[in-house]
Amino acid sequence: MPKLIKQGEITSDAWLPPAADAATAPEFHLPTLGQWQDLADKTGSAVQIEPGDGIAELLPALDAIGLVAVHFPLFTDGRGFSYGRELRQRGYRGELRAVGTFLPDQLHYLRRCGFDAFQFSDESRLEEGLRQLDIFSEHYQGAIDEPQPLFRRRH
Amino acid sequence: MYLYDQYDQRIVDERVAQFRDQTRRFLAGELTAAEFLPLRLQNGLYVQRLAPMLRIAVPYGLLSSAQLRKLAHITRHYDKGYAHVSTRQNIQLNWPQLEEVPEILAELAGVQMHAIQTSGNCIRNTTTDQFAGVAADEREDPRPWCEIIRQWSTLHPEFAFLPRKFKIAVCASEQDRAAIHAHDIGVELLANAAGEYGFKVLAGGGLGRTPVIGSVISEWLEKRHLLTYLEAILRVYNQYGRRDNKYKARIKILVKAMGVEAFREAVEREWALVKDGPSTLTDEEIARAKSFFTEPPYVQLDAGASAAALQARCTADPIFGNWVARNTLAHRVPGYRAVTISLKATGNAPGDVTDSQLELLADLADSFSFGELRTTHQQNMVLADVEASALYTLWQQLQGAGLATPNIGYITDVICCPGGDYCSLANAKSIPVAEAIQARFEDLDYLYDLGPLELNISGCMNACGHHHIGHIGILGVDKKGAEFYQVSLGGSQSKEAAIGKILGPSFSQEDIPDVVENILDTFVSLRQEEETFLQTYNRVGIEPFKERVYAKTH
Repeated sequence: MPKLIKQGEITSDAWLPPAADAATAPEFHLPTLGQWQDLADKTGSAVQIEPGDGIAELLPALDAIGLVAVHFPLFTDGRGFSYGRELRQRGYRGELRAVGTFLPDQLHYLRRCGFDAFQFSDESRLEEGLRQLDIFSEHYQGAIDEPQPLFRRRH
Repeated sequence: MYLYDQYDQRIVDERVAQFRDQTRRFLAGELTAAEFLPLRLQNGLYVQRLAPMLRIAVPYGLLSSAQLRKLAHITRHYDKGYAHVSTRQNIQLNWPQLEEVPEILAELAGVQMHAIQTSGNCIRNTTTDQFAGVAADEREDPRPWCEIIRQWSTLHPEFAFLPRKFKIAVCASEQDRAAIHAHDIGVELLANAAGEYGFKVLAGGGLGRTPVIGSVISEWLEKRHLLTYLEAILRVYNQYGRRDNKYKARIKILVKAMGVEAFREAVEREWALVKDGPSTLTDEEIARAKSFFTEPPYVQLDAGASAAALQARCTADPIFGNWVARNTLAHRVPGYRAVTISLKATGNAPGDVTDSQLELLADLADSFSFGELRTTHQQNMVLADVEASALYTLWQQLQGAGLATPNIGYITDVICCPGGDYCSLANAKSIPVAEAIQARFEDLDYLYDLGPLELNISGCMNACGHHHIGHIGILGVDKKGAEFYQVSLGGSQSKEAAIGKILGPSFSQEDIPDVVENILDTFVSLRQEEETFLQTYNRVGIEPFKERVYAKTH
C-alpha cells in the first residue's frame, strides 16, 4: 500500500491516484472532481482536486466529505496552499491530504495551511518530510495551525 | 527603527538554519538544481553570469550604523569589497560563494537582518518613501505600516508559491515617493470625508513587459482591516493568476483580464471570510509598531539663526552651497535638513558603494543623524536628520570619499539595474550606458539648466531599472544576438503616474549619448520659461523629439 505521512508519522493506506478516464472511480482510486460530483451519496466520500478545480464545488458537501486530496503536479504551483487553507476556513474538518511532487521543504507551510496528510509521488522523501514538518517554532501571521497572529500572542 | 525581540530573532535564526540545511542538501545532491532554485530565491540567492548574487533585505530602506558596519564587513570578507543598492531599496552582493551564503545569513541575523523573500514568486520587500518621518508633506509615518506588512508577509505559508513576484509599496504623503501606481499593490494612507485616516488600496500596477498603472480596488479601508484585505487580494491572485506564461503571470494581467469590478468583487468575497477575524489589527499592535518610529531626540534650534548661518556658509563656499541646494531637503523640524548621498559619481556604477564608504557612512550616521541611514529606490542613500550647522563638516567628509556629487534628481542621477555585466536575465549591459551618459553631461551648469530629469535604464524587460517610469527610459533589447537600446519618453512615477512612450527603432550602445543629447536639445529649444522636461514633453508630445533624433542618427 502507498506510504504517506499522517498524524506526524509514516503510515500507509489503500488510496491510489485517480483513474481519470473511468466514468466512475474504481475501488481504492481517489475520485476526480467530476467523478465525485456524480456520487449520489457523498457521506464519507473522498475526492482529489487539481490546480484550477478550485473548491467551490466542494462547499455544499463539506460536512460529508471524509478526505480531500489536493494534487500538486508541480511543486512551484501554489494554488493548493490556498485551496487547503480556504477549505479549513470554511469549516472542513476531514482529512486534507497533499499528494504529488511537492518538496519536503514545503511540508511546514502545507501543515500551516491545514494539511494533515502528505503523500509524495517519491516515497523516499517521507523521512525528510517528517524532519521538515515543524522546521519553524514561531510565526508572524495566523494560519490554520495557530489562528492567532504573533501580534496577539507577543508578550 | 524596528528592533527585534526574542520572537523576531527566533524566526530569523530558524530561517538561517533552514537555509544552511537546504544548501547542504543541494550540495550533497539531495535536492536537484530545479528544486533548490525557488528555495534559494526565497532567500535572495540568484545564480548569475559570473557568480551567485545575494540580495539582502533592507525593510523599507532603513539601516542602523551597526548594520552598515556589518554590511561593510560582509562585502570585505565574503565579496569583493562593494555592495549595490537596488531599486527596491535592498542591498546586493555580486560575488558571494554559494557555500558561504549560510554564513553570511548568520552574520546578518546577528544584526537583525536577513535575505528572506528578496526574490522568488512571493511577497517581496515592502518599500516606501525614503523621507518617511521627516518629510514636510507627510500625513503619517508610513513605516509602522510597512513593518506590519513585513511581519505578515514574512514566511507566509499560503503565499510562498505565487504565480509571480509580488511587490507592495506604501505612500503616506502628498507627493508619492514610493511609486505606488507601479506596484502589484499600492497602499496610500489618506483621510476620508470624516477626516479619519485609512488606506486607499490599488492593485495591478506594475512595470516589466506590460507596464500598467494600478487600479483602485478600495477607495478607503479602515486601518485595522489592512492585513485581512491584503490577504484577500493575495488569495484571489494565488488562485486565479495565470501560471502558464510567466510574462502574463503578474497580478496586473489578472486585474485586466477580470476587469476591475469583477476583481474587486472576488476580493470582497474572500475578504468576507477573514474580515474581523484574528488577523484584524489591534490598537495595541498599531501602537506597538508606531513605538519604534518615534521622533529622535531633536535639539530645539532657532530656525532663523540656523538658516542665516547656513546661508552665510553657502555664500562663502559656493561649491558647498551648490551641494546644499541640490542634495539636501527641507526638514519638518526647524534647523534640520535631510541629506541625500549620491551614489552616482561619474565612473561609478550607479548604486554601488564600497566597504570603506559603508564604514564612513556608519560613522557619519552616528555623528550626524542619530545612527540611522536610509537607502532609496533611486539607488542613493539618505541621512535624514542632520542639523544644518553640521552640514559643512558632513559635506567635507562626504567629498573626501567621493560621495558628494551634487546631482540628486538630475540626469546624471541615473537609475540603473546591474545589467548584462552581472545579471543572467539581461539582454544588454546597462552600467556602461549609464556611465557614458554621466560622462556626456558632466557639465554642472548644463545639468542644472536641464532641470529635474529622471533617466532610468533597464538591461531587459524585467525592468529592474524602472525604465517605463523614467522621464527618459532606456531598455536593453536583443536584436539577433546584438545589444540594442530602445528609448522611451514621458514616463513618470509621481501621483500623475505615466508609462513612457517608445520613441522609435532602437539604437546601438555608442549612439545613446548622442540620442539623449538630441532629446535634450529638442527640449531646450522648445521649452517655455521654467518648464521641466516632463512639462514640455506633455505639452508638445513625442513627435518633435522623434523628428530630431531620427533625422540626426539615421
